[in-house]
Amino acid sequence: MITDILTWILGGLTIGSALMVVLSNHPIRSVLFLVITFFFISGHYILLNAQFLAIVNIIVYAGAIMVLFLFVLMLLNLSAEGLPKSSRYLTLGSVIIGGLFFIVLIAALKDSLHFEALNPGSNSVGLVQNLGKTLFSKYIVPFEVSSILFISAMVGAVMLAKREKHIVE
Amino acid sequence: MDLAFIIEKTTLIVIIFLLSLVIAAYSTYFERKVAAWFQDRIGPDRAGPFGLLQPIADGVKMFMKEDFIPKHADKWLFIIGPGITIFVALIPSIIIPWGPPLEMFGRKIALQVTNFDFGILFIFGALSVGVYGIMIGGWASNNKYSLFGAVRASSQMISYELAMGLSAITIIMMTGSLDLNEIVAKQHGMNWNVFYQPVCFVIFFTCALAETNRAPFDLPECDSELIGGYHTEYSSMKLGLYLFSEYVSIFISSALIAVLFFGGFNFPGMDYFTGNTLAIIGLLVFFTKISFFIFVFMWIRWTLPRFRFDQLMHLGWKTLIPVSIVNLLITGLVIALYEGWFWSN
Repeated sequence: MITDILTWILGGLTIGSALMVVLSNHPIRSVLFLVITFFFISGHYILLNAQFLAIVNIIVYAGAIMVLFLFVLMLLNLSAEGLPKSSRYLTLGSVIIGGLFFIVLIAALKDSLHFEALNPGSNSVGLVQNLGKTLFSKYIVPFEVSSILFISAMVGAVMLAKREKHIVE
Repeated sequence: MDLAFIIEKTTLIVIIFLLSLVIAAYSTYFERKVAAWFQDRIGPDRAGPFGLLQPIADGVKMFMKEDFIPKHADKWLFIIGPGITIFVALIPSIIIPWGPPLEMFGRKIALQVTNFDFGILFIFGALSVGVYGIMIGGWASNNKYSLFGAVRASSQMISYELAMGLSAITIIMMTGSLDLNEIVAKQHGMNWNVFYQPVCFVIFFTCALAETNRAPFDLPECDSELIGGYHTEYSSMKLGLYLFSEYVSIFISSALIAVLFFGGFNFPGMDYFTGNTLAIIGLLVFFTKISFFIFVFMWIRWTLPRFRFDQLMHLGWKTLIPVSIVNLLITGLVIALYEGWFWSN
C-alpha cells in the first residue's frame, strides 16, 4: 500500500524533473535537474528491491558522470544570451522526431504489463551477495566481455587524447 | 515498527547530529590551538577559560554579519549551495557503527542509526555527491575566482575518489562484505586491518585529505591564488556552513578511517567486558581514535606546504592509483593462495 503511493509520488517527481531538464533554459540548471532525476530513479530501484543498483546509479551517474558534465559546462561558461539560436524548422523537426520515438517506446512497453516476476515476494534479489553470485556464475562470460569492452573504450579515449597533443606540439 | 523503536532511533539521530555539530565547532577551536602550539604562540584565550567559548563567539559573529548576495549571482543556487554541502557532509554519520549495542530499558539498542548491506558504498555515494555543493556555490557566485575553486574541487575529488575506492576494495576483499558492521566485527580485539594493509591505509588517508579539501590539498580554497576559492563571495552563516562542513567531514572521515583500518570500537582485551561496560568503553575507545585522527589532520595541515595543481594530479593519477591497483592484485593473490584456489585440496 505504502509502496504503491510512494511509487506514484516518485514517478510524478521523476517525470517532472525529467521534463525540467528539457524545459529549463539554462544548461547548468538542466544538468542539475538531470542529477535530481537520477536520484529519483535510484528511489525507484530501492522500491524494486534493487539496493545495489540504486547506490551504484548514484555513485556512477550522479556522482561521476554528471560532475564531468557540470565541469565541462562550467568551463565553457555558457550563458542564455550566448547560445546559438536554432531555427524554427529545426525545433519543429526535433519535436516530431522526439514524439515519434515516444510512440515507439509506448508501443514497446505496452506488453511489459503482462510479464510475470521470476520470484515475486522475494525482497533479496537485488542484494549485493545475490547479484554478485549471479554475475560471477551464470553470467560470467557476458560480464567479462563487457569489462573488456570498457577497457578497450578507455584505452581508445586515452590514445585519441595523446595523439591530439602530439599534433599540437 | 513500534513506538519504542521510533523513539530510540529519533533520539540516536538527534544525539549524533548534535554531537557532529559540537565536535565540528570545537574542532575549529582545537585547530587554532594546535596551530598556535606548532607556531609557538598562545592561540585564542580571550573568550572564557582557555578561550573555550571561542566557537560560540565565532558562531554568534557569523550570524550577526550581513548576509550579502551578489547582484549577478544565480540567487537560488547561491542559497542552496552551502545547504547541500553541510547535508552531504552529515549524511554518512547514519551508518557508522559508533559502539557495541547498549542495553537499556530492557531493549538492546544498536549504536547505529541504520544499516545497509552496501554500507561502504553508501559512504562513497555521499562522497561523490559531496562535490555538488561546492560546484553549485562556486558557479552561482558568478566570480572567476569562485569558478576556479569549484572547477579545481571537482577535478580533485573525481581524481582521488578512484584511488580511495580502489583502496577500500582491498578491505572489502579481506572482509568479504560491504557491511560496516561486519568490517568492524572482523577486526575483533587487536586484529586491525592497518596491520595487514599499511599501504592501503596510507593511500586511503591521503585521499581522505584530498576529499575533505584539507592542506596540503586545499587548492579549491587556495588563499594565495584564489582569494577564498569557491566561497569568495559568501558571507555570514552561508560562509559559516561551508567552513563548518569542512570540519564535519573531517570528523566523519576520521570515524571512517577508524572503522575501516583501526577496528572501530574494538580494543585489545575487549573479551573481559560484557554488556553496558563494553558498550561504554567501546564508545570511549572509538572517540579516542577519532580525536587522534582529527589531530593528525591538523598536524598535517600545519606541517606540510600546499601542492601545486599539476603535482596534485600527478600524485593522484600516476602514483596513488597504480600503487593501489598493485596492492589490490597482491591482496587478491594472497587471498587466493590462502583459500587454496590454485590446487584442489
